[in-house]
Amino acid sequence: MSEYTKPLPKPTATSRPFWEAAKAHRLQLQQCGGCQAFIYYPRDRCPHCLSDELQWKPVSGRGRVYSYTVVRRAATRSFADKPYVLAIVELEEGPRMTTNIEAPPEMVKVGMPVTVCFDDVTPEHTLVKFKPA
Amino acid sequence: MSLKGKAAAIGIAEFKPWKEAPPGVTPLKLMAQLTADVLNDAGLDKRDLDGLLVGMPFADPGMIYPASLAEVLGLNPRMLNVVDIGGASAAGMIWRAAAAIAAGMCNAVICLVADLNKIGDQKVPVVSVQREFEAPYGNIGANCGYAMIAHRHMHEFGTTPQQMAKIAVDQRKSAVKNPLAAFGDKLLTIDDVLSSRMICDPLHLFEIVSPCSGGSAVIVASPEIAKRAKNPPVWLLGAGEYANHASITYAPSLTESPIKPAADAAFKMAGVERKDIDLVCPYDCYTITVLVTLEDSGYCKKGHGGPFVMEHDLSYAGDFPCNTHGGQLSFGQPGLGGGMSHVTEGIRQLMGRGEGRQVRNATLAHVNGNGGIMSEQVSLILERRS
Repeated sequence: MSEYTKPLPKPTATSRPFWEAAKAHRLQLQQCGGCQAFIYYPRDRCPHCLSDELQWKPVSGRGRVYSYTVVRRAATRSFADKPYVLAIVELEEGPRMTTNIEAPPEMVKVGMPVTVCFDDVTPEHTLVKFKPA
Repeated sequence: MSLKGKAAAIGIAEFKPWKEAPPGVTPLKLMAQLTADVLNDAGLDKRDLDGLLVGMPFADPGMIYPASLAEVLGLNPRMLNVVDIGGASAAGMIWRAAAAIAAGMCNAVICLVADLNKIGDQKVPVVSVQREFEAPYGNIGANCGYAMIAHRHMHEFGTTPQQMAKIAVDQRKSAVKNPLAAFGDKLLTIDDVLSSRMICDPLHLFEIVSPCSGGSAVIVASPEIAKRAKNPPVWLLGAGEYANHASITYAPSLTESPIKPAADAAFKMAGVERKDIDLVCPYDCYTITVLVTLEDSGYCKKGHGGPFVMEHDLSYAGDFPCNTHGGQLSFGQPGLGGGMSHVTEGIRQLMGRGEGRQVRNATLAHVNGNGGIMSEQVSLILERRS
């Protein structure tokens, strides 16, 4: 198997629970104890109310494609091997995530329902992606 | 305190962008040339300059940049700063210069940007959250973010590829009259744009700005200095700035940008109406950027940008002159100098120096600077008094 050359996340103390859950094929986000909002990406304080009472909670993994593009000419060599679907998915719980849609590009539409899937890109790293629901 | 009429742009200087970086040239060398040129254009002496605002060149960044630059140029500024708001940095410099003048801190501020196109393979973002949560999925560079804005706009409002392409076509009509435009050699058709290579769906190659080398400079001065300048002063009447995200993923909306609060603030300060504006210079890294800027600046209703650009001639000779230098799409994007090109064009037209592309009787211009993926926004209203 060829070496994985695309950029990989380097978890921080704040984000490690997110990536560890992903590795176990679970999607969890922080929820604010102050204003109840779900938050993505992981933070030390809630960006809505600045509370630091943030709790990790499992979420549905269901959402919709808020928008997408098919990247045919990538900005970096590591993504230049083939066109890929880059998307913003809006989760049922509210937050939006940058992700990839695991589907043929011509199948992807704005507004399409999707569900989470997990891509174990290396033995240590799992990316959170989505597929048509 | 308002900045209305407190300071004026009195000089401009600009290179014709080079598609490749010329050998032996550095951003510092370009900035030194621009400083000499802009002083000459304004009719000022180097000793008149007491403020320095500069953009960080990607090709040669460094700490304590403004003091280092001032030392090279032999300037003794009373205010010196890097303005770091992406493509909006140039427009952002203009109101910051005016604010320093209005506060009595400076009399004449040079706003300076120059860069070399040495980007090549784009670096993975340096901001840690973008490196961690964007780059692993291939959200790198600006093309893909603007492509997602365009797709969402098409989905919500039925905007078409033809409507977006028309913007590049009309701006090119002005570019062929601009001797400084790097891509002004021939006219374009909508078919030319739509048959150019698809880069990130739905954006084609000719809807995307081309990185270049070059730069530009503007001097903003107090009313006392403006009185003795060589050029007719172009007054800052209004300014507004706003940002509500860095990565487009976390923007409140893909189709309603932070331009609205920035433009509303600028028009409110200026006390003028949209219908009074003679030319608009919206930052145009992509065709969709112009379309969203026209909507959020209030020239048409949200979602009507597509029909609006089809109903109007956006060229210098048209009924809605827009980016009469060709925009960055035809002028080229010499780093932050791309964003300064909208500022210099607004000033140039109001000074009556538009030559073959002069907008007749132009007295009021609206310039909008845009940073990142529709992130930082700066709107300026500029006026030439008769």
